[in-house]
Amino acid sequence: MAMLHLVNKSPYDASSLETASSIMKGDDAMLLIEDGVYAAVRNGKAAASLEGLKVSVLGPDLAARGIGEDKLIDGVTVVDYAGFVDMVEANDKVQSWL
Amino acid sequence: MKLTIQVNEGPYQHQSADSAYFFTKAALEKGHKIYRVFFYHDGVNNGTRLTTPPQDDRNIVNRWSELAKEHDLDMVVCVAAAQRRGIVDDGEAQRNGKDATNIADGFRISGLGQLVEGAIQSDRLVVFGD
Repeated sequence: MAMLHLVNKSPYDASSLETASSIMKGDDAMLLIEDGVYAAVRNGKAAASLEGLKVSVLGPDLAARGIGEDKLIDGVTVVDYAGFVDMVEANDKVQSWL
Repeated sequence: MKLTIQVNEGPYQHQSADSAYFFTKAALEKGHKIYRVFFYHDGVNNGTRLTTPPQDDRNIVNRWSELAKEHDLDMVVCVAAAQRRGIVDDGEAQRNGKDATNIADGFRISGLGQLVEGAIQSDRLVVFGD
């Protein structure tokens, strides 16, 4: 029973990433979209809370904010919208942390 | 996989209205079935045909209408949210004594039960909002 956690808020703005990452367990995955992509930046505020978690980031939202893939935390994978759909399919439930 | 999509934000206000569209489009391109797109809260504003965005900007309303036409999507606007924000179809105009309608092609106005039913009938419910 894996869950996909969708986080769309910057960690500098809201606590949803903190909450989501503290609640994730087992095979759960996280996808960062919209302003949530700021959490994936290396040495950023959220870097420590993402340690050891399965985290992906939406490429188009990263590009829209001018963040290069070379700036990301090691192990974070970049997906496109097709990859987003695959992640929804691969997990039994989807939780949007609005 | 069968999906229901919930859209909580209006066009040109929050990126989630765009995210929901791109996700829905990608799911259809991958051969998944969209059981329903449910527009809730300010999301109902995606369903007015009276918008005229600048020509070099995306037309969010028309984009949904075209996607619905191409894939025979069921796009439902929440009635209570629509009444508060002035999204009107023929039935609502008659019921509430309004002199005009503005619902865009491919959208219909119905109740919250449609969201619950969509969630039950689908493999996944994906919510986009702020």
